Amino acid sequence: MTAVADALAQAHRRDWAQVLATTVRVTRDLDLAEECTQDAYAQALETWGRDGIPDRPGAWLTRVARNRAIDLLRREAALQRRLPLLLTDEQDRDDRLRLVFTCCHPALSREHQVALTARLVCGLSTAEVARAFLISEATMAARLTRAKKKIATARIPYRVPPPEALAERLEPVLEVVHLLFTTGHTAPTGPSLTRADLTASALELARTLHLLMPRAAPVTALLALLLVNDARSAARVAPDGRLLLLSEQDRTLWNRDRITEGVALLTDSLRRHPPSRYSVEAAIAAVHAEAPSWEQTDWSEIAGLYAVLLRLTDGSPVVALNRAVAIGFRDGPAAGLAELKPLTAEPALATYPYLAAARADFLSRLGRAAEAITAYGEALALTDNQAERDFLAARLSALQE
Amino acid sequence: MAKYTLLIYGDSAQWEALTAEQRREHDAAHEEFRRAAGDRVLGGQELEPSPNATTLRGSATLDGPFLETKEALGGFYLLEADDLDEVLALAKLLPEVRAGHSGVEIRPVVDHG
Repeated sequence: MTAVADALAQAHRRDWAQVLATTVRVTRDLDLAEECTQDAYAQALETWGRDGIPDRPGAWLTRVARNRAIDLLRREAALQRRLPLLLTDEQDRDDRLRLVFTCCHPALSREHQVALTARLVCGLSTAEVARAFLISEATMAARLTRAKKKIATARIPYRVPPPEALAERLEPVLEVVHLLFTTGHTAPTGPSLTRADLTASALELARTLHLLMPRAAPVTALLALLLVNDARSAARVAPDGRLLLLSEQDRTLWNRDRITEGVALLTDSLRRHPPSRYSVEAAIAAVHAEAPSWEQTDWSEIAGLYAVLLRLTDGSPVVALNRAVAIGFRDGPAAGLAELKPLTAEPALATYPYLAAARADFLSRLGRAAEAITAYGEALALTDNQAERDFLAARLSALQE
Repeated sequence: MAKYTLLIYGDSAQWEALTAEQRREHDAAHEEFRRAAGDRVLGGQELEPSPNATTLRGSATLDGPFLETKEALGGFYLLEADDLDEVLALAKLLPEVRAGHSGVEIRPVVDHG
């Protein structure tokens, strides 16, 4: 039975978006498609337990979900009405891409766009999406319901936009792909630091977008950013699952091919276009990736790039936090701590564990152990990722000795 | 097919201040919209400025619009379209979208089957 449960869990992570996207093409209705997809997974638990796990679980789930949708539509006697839409669709494009553009339609608020894509394309649970956006699960559930209702009521279509509308429709898509990657890069909950399936699906989406729009500079920059960050993933966790800081990482484990590919894309993007949010983030990642050792990191360059990024993001508190950390490495922990001070009053960071963790690190480097212990305690209380919790707990107990 | 209303909001003082030339351009843009939309347009009217409205509320008969705002409803279209993208592409032709003081709100019409 555990084998079936494992196979199901894996199929959920890997195939959810594809099953849903294919089913949406039949139903033209997100709620109905979600229901059919859930039904398919529920039926899998029963059928796989009895008959064994199919060779291609994703294909099995897609077939069951689609058949269920067709059944339901027939029962509603609605198939006739919806059939012409099905036949006029361009079937050759990637279903997932179509679903992404629907979820990121400009008639939806940005909040709704990112929530929908994270939930429907990436298959994150409502709780995980909520944590990624620093809001409660109930608020996120209500947000998703409202967004799906708007898609259905206003008849937002399921299609990849025509070439003349592509540039405008792309911006929210990129934001969402980026979010998907960062959520996978440091999973909000669970036993391991990263969720490789999420980062892989973000990379794949970014590659598909780059393939479709090779001249779109922001797409190139985003792909560069994801490649350079992903290149370091193997070195971020010790064999025992312990989180490794950039300073502790074995740089020979970094994927040089990915770094080279990312830097080449970034150079190309920066040559042709003014800096964008993604190209500056990619440049920061590239400075780290190209430093021969932690000690030789160019913190001046990094702090300067964060200052540019702060302007491009209209003073994002998370970017301000990163800039403060870079200043701490450039000018010493006292300077870093001073930069962090105004951020402690920032409501958007009130439940953000990295602020407390950064304060704790500066305080402990300054020898202010008692305050550092309190700050590590705060960071621990706000962190659900087990690898990060272990790291913080180890720091805390080292100080207490 | 689904039905949508296009509600045109704006500052009536600014509409009244249009010169004869600007008014001709404005009307020509609406003609262009109707041509592009063809038989998707089921109806539509320009409304007299909101001070000419009369509002019934409870037992009271009141002079003026339901909502006293600087930007008021100035006109509407009723449209039939396949989906929201089709409506958005057409609505972008309306001069009120670009005028600064005005805008166009698209509301799906409830389908009573």
